[in-house]
Amino acid sequence: MNIMIVGVGGQGTLLASRILGKVALACGYDCKVSEVHGMSQRGGSVETFVKFGDKVYSPIIGVAEADIILAFEALEGYRALKYLKRGGKLIINTQNIDPMPVIVGEAKYPEGIFDKIREKNVEFTQVNATEIAKACGNIKAVNVVLIGVLAKNTKIDKEVWIKAIEDTVPEKFKEVNVNAFLKGYEI
Amino acid sequence: MTDQKRMLMLGNEAVARGAYEAGCTVATAYPGTPSTEITEYIAQKYDEIYSEWAPNEKVALEVAIGASIIGARAMCSMKHVGLNVAADPLFTASYTGVGGGLVICVADDPGMHSSQNEQDTRMLGIASKVMVLEPSDSQECKDFVKEAFSLSELFDTPVIVRLSTRVSHSQSIVEIADRNDYTYKKYEKNPLKYVMMPAMARKRHVEVVKRLSKIKEFAESCGLNKIEMNDTKIGVITSGVAYQYAKEALPDASFLKLGIVNPLPEKLIIEFAEKVEKLYVIEELEPVIENHCRRLGLEVIGKEIFTPIGEYSVKMIKEAVLGEKVESFAEVNEEIPLRPPVMCTGCPHRGVHYILSKLGLVVNGDIGCYTLGAQKPLSSIHTCVCMGASIGMNHGMEKAMGKDFSKKSVAIIGDSTFIHSGITGLIDAVYNKGTSTIIILDNSITGMTGHQDNPATGYTIKGEKTVATDLVKLCQAVGVRRVKVVDPYDLETLEKTIKEELNAEEVSVIISQRPCALLKYVKFSGKKCIDQSLCKKCKACLRIACPSISFKDNMVVIDKNQCVGCGLCQKVCRFGAILDEE
Repeated sequence: MNIMIVGVGGQGTLLASRILGKVALACGYDCKVSEVHGMSQRGGSVETFVKFGDKVYSPIIGVAEADIILAFEALEGYRALKYLKRGGKLIINTQNIDPMPVIVGEAKYPEGIFDKIREKNVEFTQVNATEIAKACGNIKAVNVVLIGVLAKNTKIDKEVWIKAIEDTVPEKFKEVNVNAFLKGYEI
Repeated sequence: MTDQKRMLMLGNEAVARGAYEAGCTVATAYPGTPSTEITEYIAQKYDEIYSEWAPNEKVALEVAIGASIIGARAMCSMKHVGLNVAADPLFTASYTGVGGGLVICVADDPGMHSSQNEQDTRMLGIASKVMVLEPSDSQECKDFVKEAFSLSELFDTPVIVRLSTRVSHSQSIVEIADRNDYTYKKYEKNPLKYVMMPAMARKRHVEVVKRLSKIKEFAESCGLNKIEMNDTKIGVITSGVAYQYAKEALPDASFLKLGIVNPLPEKLIIEFAEKVEKLYVIEELEPVIENHCRRLGLEVIGKEIFTPIGEYSVKMIKEAVLGEKVESFAEVNEEIPLRPPVMCTGCPHRGVHYILSKLGLVVNGDIGCYTLGAQKPLSSIHTCVCMGASIGMNHGMEKAMGKDFSKKSVAIIGDSTFIHSGITGLIDAVYNKGTSTIIILDNSITGMTGHQDNPATGYTIKGEKTVATDLVKLCQAVGVRRVKVVDPYDLETLEKTIKEELNAEEVSVIISQRPCALLKYVKFSGKKCIDQSLCKKCKACLRIACPSISFKDNMVVIDKNQCVGCGLCQKVCRFGAILDEE
């Protein structure tokens, strides 16, 4: 299983990939999680990869290799489409964050991203994770809402996910995160 | 510490674990992506190991060398370009050899995710005649580091463990073990070994050359180099993360996986080459193994179908070796906007960049978050070479062009970078009668690498309070008479100060002081919003390049989710159209 997480630096993709890693480990799989640190974290495009199975070699997911792409931001999900395997699934947050070339007027944020994705016959789920996270009481829980949606698309038991989340987030944020996960799971 | 023996670990975390299990007691570093977390993990998790952030990699390595000579197992970590700074002690520590094991972890950055070049550490390992190991996943990170300490002592040599971004920053499964008790090596004064004056160094160099052939002999049969025979049509010699890519791309091929990448095991390479029909060398960056094979007279395929540039991938190897095209069914063909990294909302550097851009100066930049000011629309940095270079380069421009040029140029450098190696440039400018203006961007932290303390912050790596280097007094002590401290969000004073200091006929330092907006204790008063009835759409606020402000549907808007309320935009708006949100 190859899961690619894309988003904008600062959105919490790193934590999401760590939760996924714990889930894979708990299921007894070999697993690799590849992260991005340093300069690209400063508001740039970020990609993290989670791969698990009987044996994993490369920590990286290449073109047409992802079973699921979890996109924290619409443009980033659109940008990552080439990584999707035929028959794979895109889970995409509806939030738009303008990149600097758009802010300074050198480029336009693409219009109708979701229609374009549909035209490519990509199976996808749109989620307003930002609103759901807000409703749960913490806008930073966007990542866990999306993990909830992802969890529903795998055969892995719900309880395994919840335990991984509880093991990863700080004590005082446990409740809000588990709540956010369940909201995502119910979609 | 835990009853769980099998866990996911980042390569860097596994390196830290390896040092712990090996009984290491001193770990030093200067932060640098992708190596930073090694020493952070040590500081956070292993109180048995003394750890420190040194002001730069040279000092970090010297501290580790001292600890090793006196008998301890010591480790020093850095990024690839850090080894250039530490090359001076490295090349001679190779001659002295060690007391307790000395391991130097160096993380390369193929593809330059967060670096200014993609040099290959193996080349410095070869040049300094030390042993180089290269792990390919987290388990090997831990195992190889432990092994490195033993080999360092066995062969009396510093050992480099070469990492790379994808090894350092990937998690994979690691089985942990307990810490070994390590008995310090007995220290005896031994000037013939540890005082490298010409007479002694000449003898030591002989030992170093002998040592290399002994290690080469060892490399022929040790378990770190492994042959994995499979179908013999394709044979691959590889190491590090390239092994993982190649293994996935060519599951049927035979492999010689090298764990020791300097010196190379010649007999083993020849033995493997004889068993396979077609021999490929798959290694990221420089053709080190490949050239060696050619010197042995072997027919190999290497860089003519691969590349010395950037990262490798499974796809690239499949295409190059098997001619298999990998195609996507959903690729986006329209041009979509890139998303380069940017200075964060609320970043204190933004004020300085805004004024520098406004004044149209030639700006010599340095290594840190503020380098991002080079991008549009600020475009306020015009050179960036290496840590500390801004001050020397600014001085050089003045000496080439004359004093008047110095009125149109500045050097900007972060607090941590200034202490790393900017201070020597400052001494040079003062001593040699320069008139440079230098702006130290003091955000009270080492920012780009993810918030490490440094000598100017007043805290150690463990968060303990310590003596803080006083930047004002430091500059004064080297002879700078004009040192001013300004708040970069006080744009008026900042602009006035920069203009004054540019015109001063002597070296001046402006310390722009305001903590990084991402530090937990930094709080702003409230978010900002645009009063559309007052906004003239002049877009002056867009010129500060804040990621929270954009122009949408013919309106300037502030993204509430991102805005932290720093208020810099209010200061550049001439129409009072940016208000505090109710």
